[in-house]
Amino acid sequence: MDKIARIDMGAAGGPKVTVGDLGVYAGLGGRAMTSLVVAAEVHPLAHPLGAENKLVISPGMLSGTTGSMTGRLSVGCKSPLTGTIKESNAGGQAAQVLARLGYAAVILEGKPEGDDLYKIVINKDGIHVTVDNSLKLMDNYPLIEKLRKEYGDKVAYMSIGSAGERKLLAASIACTDPELRPTRHCGRGGVGAVMGAKRVKAIIIDDAGCKMRPPKDPDAYRDANRKFVEGLRKHPVTGEGLPAYGTNVLTNVLNEAGGYPSYNFKGGQFAGSNNLSGETQAALEIERGGTATHGCHRGCVIQCSGVYNDKDGHYLTKQPEYETVWSHGGHCGIDDLDTVAHLDFLDDNIGVDTIEMGVTIGVAMDAGIIEFGDKAGAIRLVEEVQKGTPLGRVLGSGAAITGKVFGVERVPVVKDQALPAYDPRAVQGIGVTYATTTQGADHTAGYAIATNILKVGGDVDPLKTEGQIELSRNLQIATAAIDSTGMCLFIAFAIMDQPETFQALLDMLGSFHGITMTGDDVVALGKKVLSAERDFNTRAGFTKHHDRLPRFFYNEPIAPHNQTFMMKDEELDEVFNW
Amino acid sequence: MQVTVKLFASFRTGRFETARIDYPDGTTVADVADRLKLPHAELGIMMVNNRHVKLEHVLAEGDSLALFPLLGGG
Repeated sequence: MDKIARIDMGAAGGPKVTVGDLGVYAGLGGRAMTSLVVAAEVHPLAHPLGAENKLVISPGMLSGTTGSMTGRLSVGCKSPLTGTIKESNAGGQAAQVLARLGYAAVILEGKPEGDDLYKIVINKDGIHVTVDNSLKLMDNYPLIEKLRKEYGDKVAYMSIGSAGERKLLAASIACTDPELRPTRHCGRGGVGAVMGAKRVKAIIIDDAGCKMRPPKDPDAYRDANRKFVEGLRKHPVTGEGLPAYGTNVLTNVLNEAGGYPSYNFKGGQFAGSNNLSGETQAALEIERGGTATHGCHRGCVIQCSGVYNDKDGHYLTKQPEYETVWSHGGHCGIDDLDTVAHLDFLDDNIGVDTIEMGVTIGVAMDAGIIEFGDKAGAIRLVEEVQKGTPLGRVLGSGAAITGKVFGVERVPVVKDQALPAYDPRAVQGIGVTYATTTQGADHTAGYAIATNILKVGGDVDPLKTEGQIELSRNLQIATAAIDSTGMCLFIAFAIMDQPETFQALLDMLGSFHGITMTGDDVVALGKKVLSAERDFNTRAGFTKHHDRLPRFFYNEPIAPHNQTFMMKDEELDEVFNW
Repeated sequence: MQVTVKLFASFRTGRFETARIDYPDGTTVADVADRLKLPHAELGIMMVNNRHVKLEHVLAEGDSLALFPLLGGG
């Protein structure tokens, strides 16, 4: 990864590609790369869909190597959903392939005149941008089928569906998995709308003729990777729970803990939770000839995904994640996995964030557009998004917009991004992260669920305020660093509990780059990323008053614990005071 | 006393999902785990009436006890 490609989509005479060296961005990858580029180069007051915004695509620091779990791809920009800086990452094959081609970043800049639609081919011979208007308004599954006929199966695809082309604020960027399914999405924050604004429909990444990235110290790297994999296999979460049940194993956990938001955050439990649970889902997947264990990219040893078949045994979608099952399930009063799986397929196909879309449907239910629990109605509303009707455009622009249009008071968003599947009244720690992260409400930014609820990596009482600020701060710092390495965040379960596995990760980073890497270096990297993101947001007009939850979390206690969100404003303001 | 015991994930294999079980007064979470042959080292999340508890927690009539192995997701 010794070069950066800049593609000026608005250049006179057509898109212009410039490949240069790394310059000040040397050594960066993933979120560190996307956030430092956006913070330095995008005007903080730029319109997110305008020529001044940039879409930065970056593999992680270890992507494209023989290291396990290194397949996360970061995409960054100014978010059209939140107005903040945005980094959204996904698995799939794209990161590994792009890294082997030597690109530390591919940056889409400018904006073309007219309505031509472009595709970008990246291979060992260079980068080629061409017009292909035959792809207009195609959704992801048929789009990839069409592109496969032209570019084959030994490449990785990134694409937007119709939602991205329509510049809807919930639009995602899809990355194909090893089976060439467009199932792994940079989902959050409307990154797909930014790609759509630049009129880029698909990026085809072909690493034919390229080799694995060589470590500076191959023997040490191999040894560290072996110990790292051993650690992941040994830990009960990464070695047993996630492979067997996937992320949706959390449905029963959060429901038991009273932190499972139901009916648009009016309850902390859901009577139909067992029908939606990871245990039920895994059994159903296996019974129908799918699988409950599948890796989203080659080199994954956790294998938390799966394949969800329909009643007739035909592929319907990848295993819906916990947040998806919640947003389209309990949040909407729906307890039917087939409905959720259908909605997951629609979201992936249209190219929208499953969290934002599901939360929005629940807000629409609260507005009375359809009833809670209306399975066919939920599908119909997402199909409106696919058709691009006026109602569909409102819904596809997320929960905050939908709430405003329909006069709903209970709208679960921070910085206009929908809250995920954990109620901050029953899990105070995750509320700190939702409120303060640079990204808008985002559980992955500082996953306090681990210590509050799962009792992995420590034990903090979820119903009390003590210790939550420090916890969220440390998690946000660590996460910003991990998001820069290309590592899947799920490695955190093992490295938080097993010092030798954390050391193996440090040794992988160190031996790859020929340096000595310490825990302090990881902390410094995380702080550097967060500081750049916070600085951008400040210049974009965000203040401490935006680092708050919606008022209903402070005013409406929720069953079964009958608690509100109790963190004081002054405490929240201390999260980034390190 | 009657206690509702709920098992999740791999703990269900060869056991049950939910059962109402009679225990003598003074029974702890650890006692229930021992009777179900659940090794303490494998216990990840233990909740009584939706609140986290430790192994030595003493159960009461009508309690709902949920036992999970170590789990993660998100």
